[in-house]
Amino acid sequence: MDFKIRTMADCLAEGTTPEVLFWVGCAGSFDDRAKKITKAIAKILHHTNTSFAILGSEESCTGDPAKRAGNEFLFQMMAMQNISVLNAYEVKKIVTGCPHCFNTLKNEYPELGGNYEVVHHTQLIQELLNTGKLKIEGGEFKGKKITFHDPCYLGRGNGEYEAPRQLIQALDAELVEMKRCKTNGLCCGAGGAQMFKEAEKGIKEVNVERTEDALAVKPSVIATGCPFCNTMMTDGVKHFEQEHTIAVKDIAELIAEAVDL
Amino acid sequence: MISQIIFALLLATAGYFIFKRYQFVKGNILLGQKGPETDRKGERLRTMILVAFGQGKMFSRPFVALMHLILYVGFVVINIELIEIIVDGLTGEHRSFIGFRGYYRLLINLFEVLAGLVIIACVVFLIRRNFGKIKRFQSPEIKQWPKRDANIILITEILLMKAFLIMNAADSLLTVRSATPARVPSFWVSQISQPFLKPLSTGALEGLSHFCWWFHIVGILGFIVYLSFSKHLHILLAFPTTYFSKLQSPGNLSNDKAVTNEVKLMLDPNAVVEPVEFSRFGVKDVSDMQRTQLLSAYSCTECGRCTSVCPANQTGKLLSPRKVMMDVRDRMEEIGNAKAANNGVWVEDGKSLIRDYISEEEVWACTTCNACTDACPININPMEVLVDLRRYLIMEESKSPDSITSMFNNVENNGAPWAMSAMNRADWTNE
Ligand code: SF4
Ligand code: SF4
Repeated sequence: MDFKIRTMADCLAEGTTPEVLFWVGCAGSFDDRAKKITKAIAKILHHTNTSFAILGSEESCTGDPAKRAGNEFLFQMMAMQNISVLNAYEVKKIVTGCPHCFNTLKNEYPELGGNYEVVHHTQLIQELLNTGKLKIEGGEFKGKKITFHDPCYLGRGNGEYEAPRQLIQALDAELVEMKRCKTNGLCCGAGGAQMFKEAEKGIKEVNVERTEDALAVKPSVIATGCPFCNTMMTDGVKHFEQEHTIAVKDIAELIAEAVDL
Repeated sequence: MISQIIFALLLATAGYFIFKRYQFVKGNILLGQKGPETDRKGERLRTMILVAFGQGKMFSRPFVALMHLILYVGFVVINIELIEIIVDGLTGEHRSFIGFRGYYRLLINLFEVLAGLVIIACVVFLIRRNFGKIKRFQSPEIKQWPKRDANIILITEILLMKAFLIMNAADSLLTVRSATPARVPSFWVSQISQPFLKPLSTGALEGLSHFCWWFHIVGILGFIVYLSFSKHLHILLAFPTTYFSKLQSPGNLSNDKAVTNEVKLMLDPNAVVEPVEFSRFGVKDVSDMQRTQLLSAYSCTECGRCTSVCPANQTGKLLSPRKVMMDVRDRMEEIGNAKAANNGVWVEDGKSLIRDYISEEEVWACTTCNACTDACPININPMEVLVDLRRYLIMEESKSPDSITSMFNNVENNGAPWAMSAMNRADWTNE
């Protein structure tokens, strides 16, 4: 990165308080593809002069995959550790790069003592756009067909369907909807800890079924808002050998490209 | 006089069966654990009115919703007529309320219109279910009894409505022939069948009217008793089920309070915790579930909307969220029956919901995508049952697919689901 990204520890040492904590998430920290999304989000935050920091090595898994795989014990241990870190830094607002972190921090942490304003990165970017801090010129994506795959934990889980769509429209792109979208959107197949195991016996992989929906509307870009959906859809596009004609990108990446960051 | 006694006996018998069944179902629901869902009464009431009474979630499929609405309104409204039937039956009168004249005429006309619509809706549903190519009506879990159940109800409804209409037509004709003390006018729908009945002699018409009356009342009583044994319990239970349904964001999977206590005590042995009653971690059998979940299983309409949107099911996996709810109900019935056969005492039968009803393969196929709950017209949540079963497998039996076990180990030791070190979390900032 060509600017310095501070950690909460750095801020504490400097005596500053960042406006928002960027919760990167495990995929965003370690997965090579997802790291690109992380960088795009960081660039947007930097570009809009949003004061932010990360936890760095003090961040841990939110516990979402453990919880959804039935290990409530491990989940709550992770949650309580994370909460003690977050509370020690007196964090008020969190932006996440992943709908699973978003959902868990927002909905499942409060009862365990972690109360923060939590937003998904598409929501924060939408806010930056609406307050004029971010200006997007459509150039690069003008007239291109972009379809949006709703991540379950952003859409059905938390009712956010509009923020990502508004951003796609801000790109001057043509937003095309798959036949199953919004509340009817089909899962990419990664949730509920499926990402970490082989699928059960069946006739098809879920991501292949979902990619068919996307291919049917002939987009040039499949946009997502989740690193796991991104992996699943990328694999699906490869399955149909369409990777040279169709890109799978996070909304944050599209915005960063459009603003030329 | 004899007929009045027979009628009273019939009424009492039906009442007895309904009461028995009510107690049985209640007993089965009480097998479960107490749930916390008594907060936020106003919001709960609103959900119930919107979703159960207003059928708010049906309208994503407008045509079916309309047909279903006709059956529902028909059921509620036409049954007002039961009051007259019961009064007639007990007093030996015929059409006790005819004295209300204009009102009576209006009401019966309304009932007749509804009855006609109900017949149409039932025929449409019969055709759809048996000859339509609707995938959710073809799944293995609704092949035998559930399919018959649906057909029995639809055909019975048609017959009951027919009996009601024919009785009205016969009575109107008898009035024209001045052969009945009650002056029954012609009604909107039943007059269509008058020409067919005209050739009949007055005696035959009287017989027909009587037969239809008895058929109608015996049918309705039988119908109500039958309902309580079938998926049609949802007519009633949809109300409490939606009342107790989850109010949090659908993505919010409740934190297990018993676990919270354990974790708190582990982190600080002096922590003060509020004790919670619980049978075991997660759900092994229906008795570990919350009562509200058991109630929802009894109210499942077996419509299969959940299964038709389930990503696992659509891609050929064994998992079907509808089957999950039907399994919960069937297991409750099994336990209830065994208890009843043993003077109300439960002896372990060596079976459980997990494995004997719902296999591990089904449990692990769920992506927790929430599509099932979103699609359910009465807010049933099969996903939470599946996660509860996982909780049991993991926390009581330490049983999970190998790759899941290593994910747990990574989360625990490295703070990430992969074997990556926390020290490298911020590496991307330097790339
Ligand atoms: S939450 Fe699970 S059971 Fe429900 S639709 Fe999704 S995958 Fe199927
Ligand atoms: S759980 Fe709901 S959607 Fe599924 S079959 Fe039962 S009533 Fe229908």
